Amino acid sequence: MALPSEKLITINDRGARTATTFGSVEASDGSMVFIKKLTASSSATLSFVDGASSVVLDNTYKEYLFTFNNLHPQNDTIQLMVNYSIDGGSNYNATKTSTFFLSRHQETGASSELSYKTGQDLAQSTSNQQLTVDTDNDNDSGISGYLQLFNPSDTTFVKHWISRVQSVQTNAHSMEHYTAGYVNSTSAVDAVQFTVSSGNIDAGDICLYGIL
Amino acid sequence: MAGFTGRTSSLIKYNDRSLKDLTTTPASVSSSPGALVHIKTLTASSSGTLSFVHGTDGVVLDSTYPIYKFEFINIHPATNGVAFEFNLSIDGGSNYNVTKTTTNFGAFHSEDGSSSALNYDAGRDLAQSTAFQTLFTSGTLGNGNDESTSGQLKLFNPSNTTFVKHFMSNINYYANSAYSINCYVAGYGNTTSAVNAIRFQMSSGNIDSGKIKLYGIKDA
Repeated sequence: MALPSEKLITINDRGARTATTFGSVEASDGSMVFIKKLTASSSATLSFVDGASSVVLDNTYKEYLFTFNNLHPQNDTIQLMVNYSIDGGSNYNATKTSTFFLSRHQETGASSELSYKTGQDLAQSTSNQQLTVDTDNDNDSGISGYLQLFNPSDTTFVKHWISRVQSVQTNAHSMEHYTAGYVNSTSAVDAVQFTVSSGNIDAGDICLYGIL
Repeated sequence: MAGFTGRTSSLIKYNDRSLKDLTTTPASVSSSPGALVHIKTLTASSSGTLSFVHGTDGVVLDSTYPIYKFEFINIHPATNGVAFEFNLSIDGGSNYNVTKTTTNFGAFHSEDGSSSALNYDAGRDLAQSTAFQTLFTSGTLGNGNDESTSGQLKLFNPSNTTFVKHFMSNINYYANSAYSINCYVAGYGNTTSAVNAIRFQMSSGNIDSGKIKLYGIKDA
């Protein structure tokens, strides 16, 4: 076998099959993996349950990311909310302690605010956690943002989450909401449910990703 | 290579050109793709502006991805005492003047430890304005050799023609008065037209150096 020059290399098909980077393809970050997309269509709830409908929400990943893309509520002046389950989605009532603050600015420029909201935080409560306040349902008003959930399957520690959600408020404010806290349980969280405080989620989608 | 007798089906050959030029993964790799896809990196070099225009120079900024993420890596200004800012375009980059309503707050701490706070900055938010939106809360960026800003901005569904266009940023910068400032700017482009270009610039002078990396986040 006479190789034409040093420009020729050989690899067997095992090498190709196990390769993880291929030239420019390595620029595509494989550490964030798409898992599931739920699209609202007059939906009362959008739920991600480990093991159901291809959802993975276990120890496969140490961090999960939910993204909200133009969720549009049926009713005006509603709250987007989240809750967690430790029994495969039979009950969404995990005990939570959380913080909540927001910034807002009115389109007229007349009003702006950065403040902690004691009405939206939770203290050892099983209630739904608000992710937005007084969200508008005009045709062009949607909710976008994300929620990170850390190590949900862990059975030693509480389960932390952090969210940042941007929306249009009923009185034409740009509203940004910052929520964080923990599920005060050492049981594995294996399901997450999103809902609104009244009516349905008309449209929009929530995507779930795993972070390697 | 007439004399070559390899191990037939278990041996294949690549020259280094073919590996270097490879842009799509084999099927087995594609079955587990990353959801965060690098689209374009712009490197500043005494640049007046850095613009990402859909369809130009390999930039994708359309319905291909529902969320786009811009990463700012050590953006360094030519001029002392400036702000890093951006605007959106709905006409392919001919004009960067989309109407925006935004919020702006941040936390700061001085290097000598004497001053710290968390404040809303009512002077740097926008109310239905077409002006560039600063990504800074209070203070300005110096042009000392070690001074720069880094962070990120997410833009949601820019090509959607039903909803306003939400965005949110978080960056940190080294203020020229020796402060660390952690800035949170968010809001929406108040338009139902598709946003198809975005421009970054300093409030005065050039961007001396630094990189802006554009990523798309897949939803399938």
